[in-house]
Amino acid sequence: MTALLRTEGVMKAYGGVQALNGATIVVEEGTVAGLIGPNGSGKTTLFNVITGYERPDSGEVWFGDRAITGLSPDKVFAAGIGRTFQLTRIFARLTVLENMLVAAQAKDKPKNLLSWFGRDAWTHHRRHALELLEFVGIERHADVLAGSLSYGQRKLLELAYVLVADPAVILLDEPAGGVNPTLINLIADRIRLLNTQQGKTFLLVEHNMEFVMGLCSTITVLESGADVVSGPPDIVRTDKRVLDAYLGVDLEEDPR
Amino acid sequence: MSKESRLDNGLARPEKALKGGGLLVLAVVAVLFPQFTSDPAVTNYGVLALIYITAATAWNIFSGNTGYISLGQAVFFGSGAYAMGIAARDWHLNGDIVFALLPLCGAVGALIAVPFGLIALRVRRHTFIVITIAMFFIFQLMAFNFSFTGGSSGLQSPFLNWPAATYNTPFYYIGLAYAAGSIVIAWLVRRSRFGLQLRAIRDDEDRARGLGVKTMRVKLAAFTMSGAITAMIGAVWFFYLNQVEPQTGFDPIFDLTLVLMAFLGGYGSISGPVLGALIIEPLTLWLNTQPAFNGGGLSQILLGAVFLIVVLFMPRGIIPTGGEIITKLRMRGRPAVIPTTTMGPVASAPTISSGGAR
Repeated sequence: MTALLRTEGVMKAYGGVQALNGATIVVEEGTVAGLIGPNGSGKTTLFNVITGYERPDSGEVWFGDRAITGLSPDKVFAAGIGRTFQLTRIFARLTVLENMLVAAQAKDKPKNLLSWFGRDAWTHHRRHALELLEFVGIERHADVLAGSLSYGQRKLLELAYVLVADPAVILLDEPAGGVNPTLINLIADRIRLLNTQQGKTFLLVEHNMEFVMGLCSTITVLESGADVVSGPPDIVRTDKRVLDAYLGVDLEEDPR
Repeated sequence: MSKESRLDNGLARPEKALKGGGLLVLAVVAVLFPQFTSDPAVTNYGVLALIYITAATAWNIFSGNTGYISLGQAVFFGSGAYAMGIAARDWHLNGDIVFALLPLCGAVGALIAVPFGLIALRVRRHTFIVITIAMFFIFQLMAFNFSFTGGSSGLQSPFLNWPAATYNTPFYYIGLAYAAGSIVIAWLVRRSRFGLQLRAIRDDEDRARGLGVKTMRVKLAAFTMSGAITAMIGAVWFFYLNQVEPQTGFDPIFDLTLVLMAFLGGYGSISGPVLGALIIEPLTLWLNTQPAFNGGGLSQILLGAVFLIVVLFMPRGIIPTGGEIITKLRMRGRPAVIPTTTMGPVASAPTISSGGAR
């Protein structure tokens, strides 16, 4: 197996706060990798660095054998890395289908100025978009405004419109956060399907341990901006450093 | 709903026919209006309303779609008027031939919009609005102080050898052509990939860029289109009033009026700014002719009050709010549009809001 996505010694400070302190992670091609750690350990910052929303102070990001450190978000997306956000970022006043089309048509190259005004250039994405909406189970809402979807449905929509551009790696920031149990199962099931049937690679940040342990084949634990341990769920679950850093606090009753 | 029926994404057939029929009637009335009356006092209302429909629609193509509220449209309006005045003066053009210069005025508007946009479109929201206002004042000051603009006395339009009794009629048809043209462009933009990108920028610009939308290019294209249309209609307006001065060509009230028209009618929709212009412009003109509102000062206070009422009670404007009321009436007793398992007792929401309010 080869590493499809890896970061090496990424550093990022906000003023005096060292958000990332040498974070190194490796995501093998065709796997579902997990990224866990306490609040403020730098998980989302690392996502932002990988996808170009933040520029690292030092360190490198590699996509296959291509260095993508410091590329802008659209270039990273065009290279084949899609992401979703912790608080979903959908286009609230566009319909669900239009949300899909924004992502779908971005990679089209309009031939001339007139084709900007034509519908044909992007209506051919419609069928694909509807199929993906069906895949995540919200196709009956295709014509409603995305802003009227529930939180869980927004997560599904965001996943679907990232999929529309057919990225090789998909980064999911808390896909199960704030979502009801039925929908969590659906999301987990869809990730598993995409992984096994289409060979999509995933990297996901999640606090729901059941979700992470059930889905991921490799888990990396971040603590204060650096990776503490990385390995299969069973190893990570019993690692003393992990229990100290994260799970111990999480599983016991909070003393406060 | 089957996949195929959604693919054509349209209204039901009878509704479509109704809408088309309504538009046709409106178009016929608009075309025949000067045939009913040639009284210049009446056609004056029509000409100015059409000029404002065009300007408000042009504003809407950029601001309505992107959510960037431009308060600097007078930059284009005045520049168009001045470009026409200067070109006609320096090239000694007279008579009907001057109307051939309108595309040139549009090009001048576009040429100004590009650097203007490159500066202003780097920032968002309030900062963008402030920069557009600043730009407006720069242009007004330039018009006052340069010699080629005629300074504070402005420019006179070339003489048009048209009979006084029907003088307004050609202007009415020019205005109508521009209004119709700008509405068609607004409609084309709205349904195209370009319009989709603009509206994605309105909702979440960073996300749109992350998904590969070339945000600066798209915003600048819309801003330039808006500027070109506004400059052309500014040139028409200049001919109609026979003169332009710095404070009338570059008029802050013009900027505010466009925004008020769009907000009153319905910000972002195509029909909204048209309806807003049709209500506000004739109303202002009529109020200014009433002795009680001597000089127009009072009518502006009244417009300010209208603006407050709109913002307070119909923040989304007549068309969207009206549409909501109609949908609500139709939906009475039926389940809500999106019944979902995760959103709780949504199905009864409309009856609660209509019956439980008082």
